[in-house]
Amino acid sequence: MRWGVIVFPGCCDEQDVYDCLKHNLGQRVEFLWHKDRLNGGFDCIVLPGGFSYGDYLRCGAMARFSPIMQGVVEFARLGGLVLGICNGFQILCEAGLLPGALVRNASLQFICRQVFLRVEESDTPFTCAAKKGQLLRLPIKHGEGCYYADPGTLERLHKNRQVLVRYVDGKGRTSPSANPNGSLDHIAGVCNDGRNVFGLMPHPEDAGEKILGSEDGLKIFSSVIAACDKREKRAWLG
Amino acid sequence: MARLGAKPYDQPSINAEIIASHGLSEDEYKRIVEILGREPNYTELGVFSVMWSEHCSYKSSKVHLKLLPTDGPAVLQGPGENAGIVDIGNGQVAVFKMESHNHPSFIEPYQGAATGVGGILRDIFTMGARPIASLNSLRFGSFDHPRTPYLLSGVVSGIGGYGNCVGVPTVGGELFFDESYNANILVNAFTLGIAEKRRIFKGTAKGAGNSLIYVGAKTGRDGIHGATMASEAFSEESEKRRPTVQVGDPFTEKLLLEACLELMKGHCLVGIQDMGAAGLTSSAAEMAARGGSGVELDLSRVPLRERRMTPYEILLSESQERMLLVAKKGKENEVKRIFEKWDLDAVVVGKVTRDRLFRAFFDGAEVVRIPVVALSSDAPVYSRPAERPQGQDELQRLDLEKIEVPKDLGATLKLLLESPNVASKEWVFRQYDHFVRSNTVVAPGADAAVIRIKGTDKALALTVDGNGRYCYLDPYVGGILAVAEAARNLACVGARPLGLTDCLNFGSPERPDVMWQFSQVLQGMRDACITLGVPVVSGNVSFYNETDGVPIYPTPTVGMVGLLQKVERHATPWFKSSGDLVVLLGRNREELGGSEYLKVVHGIVKGTPPWIDLRLERAVQQCCIKAIEKGIIRSAHDMSEGGLGVTLAECCISGPEKPLGVRVELREMMRGDARLFGESQSRIIVTLREKELNRFRQIAVKEGAPMQVIGEVGGGHLAVHPLVRVPVDELRAVWLGGLERRLRGQGKEL
Repeated sequence: MRWGVIVFPGCCDEQDVYDCLKHNLGQRVEFLWHKDRLNGGFDCIVLPGGFSYGDYLRCGAMARFSPIMQGVVEFARLGGLVLGICNGFQILCEAGLLPGALVRNASLQFICRQVFLRVEESDTPFTCAAKKGQLLRLPIKHGEGCYYADPGTLERLHKNRQVLVRYVDGKGRTSPSANPNGSLDHIAGVCNDGRNVFGLMPHPEDAGEKILGSEDGLKIFSSVIAACDKREKRAWLG
Repeated sequence: MARLGAKPYDQPSINAEIIASHGLSEDEYKRIVEILGREPNYTELGVFSVMWSEHCSYKSSKVHLKLLPTDGPAVLQGPGENAGIVDIGNGQVAVFKMESHNHPSFIEPYQGAATGVGGILRDIFTMGARPIASLNSLRFGSFDHPRTPYLLSGVVSGIGGYGNCVGVPTVGGELFFDESYNANILVNAFTLGIAEKRRIFKGTAKGAGNSLIYVGAKTGRDGIHGATMASEAFSEESEKRRPTVQVGDPFTEKLLLEACLELMKGHCLVGIQDMGAAGLTSSAAEMAARGGSGVELDLSRVPLRERRMTPYEILLSESQERMLLVAKKGKENEVKRIFEKWDLDAVVVGKVTRDRLFRAFFDGAEVVRIPVVALSSDAPVYSRPAERPQGQDELQRLDLEKIEVPKDLGATLKLLLESPNVASKEWVFRQYDHFVRSNTVVAPGADAAVIRIKGTDKALALTVDGNGRYCYLDPYVGGILAVAEAARNLACVGARPLGLTDCLNFGSPERPDVMWQFSQVLQGMRDACITLGVPVVSGNVSFYNETDGVPIYPTPTVGMVGLLQKVERHATPWFKSSGDLVVLLGRNREELGGSEYLKVVHGIVKGTPPWIDLRLERAVQQCCIKAIEKGIIRSAHDMSEGGLGVTLAECCISGPEKPLGVRVELREMMRGDARLFGESQSRIIVTLREKELNRFRQIAVKEGAPMQVIGEVGGGHLAVHPLVRVPVDELRAVWLGGLERRLRGQGKEL
């Protein structure tokens, strides 16, 4: 399969995503410049973390107007897989590809630490390699990762099972102290109702090797690989 | 060409007052007139004042800095460039430096600290290296000082705000509080980058006719005379200097970083330098000096952010996120194309000349004409008088008999663990991104950070260290200890030192007592560097750290970099499992002078700092490194502030998992507080499995390092028989939240 990693001005984690996919998982990966149009042939587009346009306006608010984003919106509409990590998640929310918004952490401070995530749904292309209820240990590093959605949206998220990962403690329980940023309902990541666009605040690409403390991030990427294999097989079998 | 001194704008005429306000002495002014063979104009006076400022010229420190050893097998670039360079094998080099940003950070903590980070990042990528890790060394006033929480939170969020946004992880640092820094905090920022050995770039202007290209942010009036401000003592007037503090724009820095590294892949670049202190003036003059050439600048072409800026202002502005390039003639458009891609300005503002003159034009008129050597090698150098202060003997007198040993040493241990200098610094580190670039093997909170080098089996270890209190009590020994402890920190993770960078933070060089401290510290550092085999490859000097006449503790901070051949073979400070043997490398001595314990518990800063034998130090370090390389060691932790008691506690409670207890028995007979909290040097606590003890002993004997098994990991208590026995959960609770509780206790929203 073929991955595209978008480089916005101010991106910081594009190289981490690239290295993780290429060196840890042996994938075909290309960087995509934000000023270019999105070409066809990609199976999954990643919007990596960082501070696009310095986050000087509102996180992700400028990047959604980058020329490449039109192509990403179209790609998603046709069922293409789109993964937004941290600032990428914020951009996807700003672009209307994902519901809700990410606001200032409850502590009003930037937070960098390891967290535990509980996989809430395993029937999506982003979580199918994990088991429902499985815990993943991933790092977070953000100042504005507090997930917010209005009551109607939240109800729809629950009804459609769009909350894919929640912040929990080491034993898999939600609690205020295990919720690092004050996210509504402990939400760490959500997908769209088509289940082909996923955004999360934690960084799977920085948890892809034992020597870095955790390999749990690979679960997210290998889910996508498994899902694309399945798609291809299905397409080939007709 | 227009006549020299033509006035396209009003230039004040020069008088004694103007000369003094530029920080130039009468003698210095006379020398300027001599060099030029005429009176300088106002703009030229400004150029001289910044280039001859202490900050840029090192005029008071030069003679002493020559003491430091700067050569070693790995050194490719020593002091004198934007940063030092050491060889790390595989065709790669590590580029690193540390710089102070003390005065701006005191006046405006967020922007002062942020632009400090920005400046050091540019020093690294200007040499062709991608920055991969930052550290910082911070000193604040007493925790009870009303300004401390404001300064602390401002500096920490400034460092995070800038470093996080540029995508360079902040992987470690140190933080220390003392009244001595009440009105003059220290913010020293360190960055390390990796470059290919065959693609190193330097700040040099060569080849007459080559173009000078200005890239990056536009120029404004911010930071004019920042270098001069850094070269004078503080007073209550300093508050008014707030407008001279620059404002950082990390997003532009990130674009500049990417654009420069992209440009460096090609072949159009001759030289490149950051516009840091003294802005365009110093970058152009220093590059010309290194290249043995001259430069000609057309100031009318400089991209401006504000209207009607004078040549004086354009030359002296310290606006951030700007660089000066020397590009090969004919390659200008290639440079422009790359910077346009990143939405940055790139403008030809001048050229390299043969005449060895620094010349600047404005609206066609020549406004500056100064020989380059006058701004570089011919700048004044002073051998300032130095004298041991009279009170030094009294300061070193410590009568331990008058100091009572606390009855409940367990309570004392808790008190120390909760005190700001010892408590966990997690509140600080969690505001810094330490994961980005996915190389961080050992994150903040250990003796040194460990960063793997992608594409190899190797890793680099980084640490910053310095104890101003030791240097205050005995600057020579303090200088030794700063280097020794940094090297010991590296040894504790299993790294062999490659080189160091330093920030030398002192009071006014015009005071003989301060100059005595300075020369003593440097002699101490030199002796330690030679014995431990660590060359000095870069650094900076920050004088005039005092307020209303009182100098800070003499505070050298040492940033040291080491190499690990195999990244898996590293150690961390915390205990790993019950049943492991606890071994003390080194010897306990009855020493309490200058200790954290004396300060926190008894309010005393007296005595002599701990004794050190550099051969013993080297033996202990070598033993630790070799045992880690052989995979024998399960944990290793350096003993520093708080001595054995605090070190053991940190081994129990600082790990990511549940705390582990320890049972220890000591043979030496000495007073209980000295046994637990004395800060004898050259000591490391290591743990290992029992079956490895013989192998370890063989290494220790071979290296000549004293060792003794002092206990065993296990249980729920930290027990040092018969002195203390405290549940580790209690220790963890006081240590972990110590800093945050103190901040909250002051009613500050943080």
